[in-house]
Amino acid sequence: MSRVRPILRGLVETMVGDRQADRVVPPSGHTVWLTVLTAAAMSFLAVFALALSLATGRLADRWGQGLAQASTIRVSAPADQADAQVAAILTILAGTPGVATAEAMDEAEQTALLEPWLGADLPLDRLPLPRLIEITEAEDFDADGLRLRLQAEVPGAVLDDHTRWRRPLVQAADRLQTLGWTALLLIAVVMAAMVTMAAQAALAANAQVIRVLRLVGARDVYAARAFTRRFTLRAALGAAIGTALGMVAIAFLPSAQAAGGFLTGLGFAGAAWLLPGLIPPFVAAVAFAATRRAAFRALARFE
Amino acid sequence: MIELKGVGYSYGRDALLRGLDLTLSPGSFHFLTGPSGAGKTTLLKLCYGELRPSEGVVDLMGKDSRALDRDGMSRMRRRIGVVHQDCQFLDHLPLVENVALPLMVSGTDTPDRRAELMQLLGWVGLGHRTEARPPELSGGERQRAALARAVITDPDVLIADEPTGNIDWDMSQRLLSLLAELNRMGKTVLVATHDLALIRAAKPLVSARVLRLAGGGLQAAGAEL
Repeated sequence: MSRVRPILRGLVETMVGDRQADRVVPPSGHTVWLTVLTAAAMSFLAVFALALSLATGRLADRWGQGLAQASTIRVSAPADQADAQVAAILTILAGTPGVATAEAMDEAEQTALLEPWLGADLPLDRLPLPRLIEITEAEDFDADGLRLRLQAEVPGAVLDDHTRWRRPLVQAADRLQTLGWTALLLIAVVMAAMVTMAAQAALAANAQVIRVLRLVGARDVYAARAFTRRFTLRAALGAAIGTALGMVAIAFLPSAQAAGGFLTGLGFAGAAWLLPGLIPPFVAAVAFAATRRAAFRALARFE
Repeated sequence: MIELKGVGYSYGRDALLRGLDLTLSPGSFHFLTGPSGAGKTTLLKLCYGELRPSEGVVDLMGKDSRALDRDGMSRMRRRIGVVHQDCQFLDHLPLVENVALPLMVSGTDTPDRRAELMQLLGWVGLGHRTEARPPELSGGERQRAALARAVITDPDVLIADEPTGNIDWDMSQRLLSLLAELNRMGKTVLVATHDLALIRAAKPLVSARVLRLAGGGLQAAGAEL
């Protein structure tokens, strides 16, 4: 904490600024604009990485929750036995712990399910379709126990608790989310490296300024502040521009739709639109830390 | 005020100064002379803390220079005005800002001090050149501006390294008069110069002690002048 406090104080003083100290350092030319450009580009990418992370998080939740609390029992039986088997299964389910609701889908519901794939005019009533029972699970639902009981009592019934589908989808979403956060981290590291390089170039070009400041009695913090303020503000400006452009680009992506797949959901939802607003202050803080470190290292070369 | 005791300084293995003793008492005026490469600038840098001794002790206002941290050395430099051989200006700033630099970095750049600054610039004859950039100034003007910057914080000690090195005789005399006047005002003055004529010209103006630096050590050189 004792080391953090002076850095925080330095950040505040840097933001407040000292016009005299600013004048002491001559304009740094291309290094400053390199900082603006780098911060803008990295922030633009950061918006997408953030959107990716949030979208994959939502996706994992949706897939996980949507499929986790529901199971289906498929009953393959001759047409004249199907109703009896469904009734038997519903009786079993009525006495099974962990089953919140159990409902056999009627013919119209099954037709509606198949219609998008097979069309409305197919004679579905003539096809040997299995009957489906939808189960809504409670917390203590025991899929393995139910599966064994169905095997024993209604051999033609198959319980599908969606684990086979759910696990790889949720894993994929989780990995995409990790990729998004890793991309954000890499963006921060690359940006810090670029700002450091630009700051070092500016400091090297202004070695004489630093020497003179030391000779006339400037403390290190005074000499460093002029550089850190300039680079911090430029990085914040670039980040604001890049973030704004990134948000506009995200806003113009197709909107999320149920049938639209994953990519149409790449965006921000609700209050999450505020999150990119954290990027410019974060970038400014990274630039401040990188420039301050570079400045103190440069100052150490002068007694 | 400033005292060097058994001071040595080496650049790598090359010992430039050895076992050197020097005391600058309050209000004294010293000339430091010697051949080029004898170590005059190095000795001055030891006196204002830009270098720290390889051996011995440099006592600055009662503090061992080696014991001062970087902030401590910064504060010490505000009490020691220095006129550098090459003036050490920031070329992108006008003269008035260059002279005000010590005030700016010490947070004492108040309107009152600015008024004093303008008086000071008038005193050194640069009241009409305040907005000129250093490259636009003549050698004499640069040296007088450097002198103004050196005394703007009202330091106890004034150190000048070849202040007349690049200026004509008339301007050298004028600068010498300013240094003598500062000494009469109570400042301790140490001037490094290879110009013996300047030292002779100072005799009627100040009571100065002349030291010669040669062979890594100091010796009194008053008699030969």
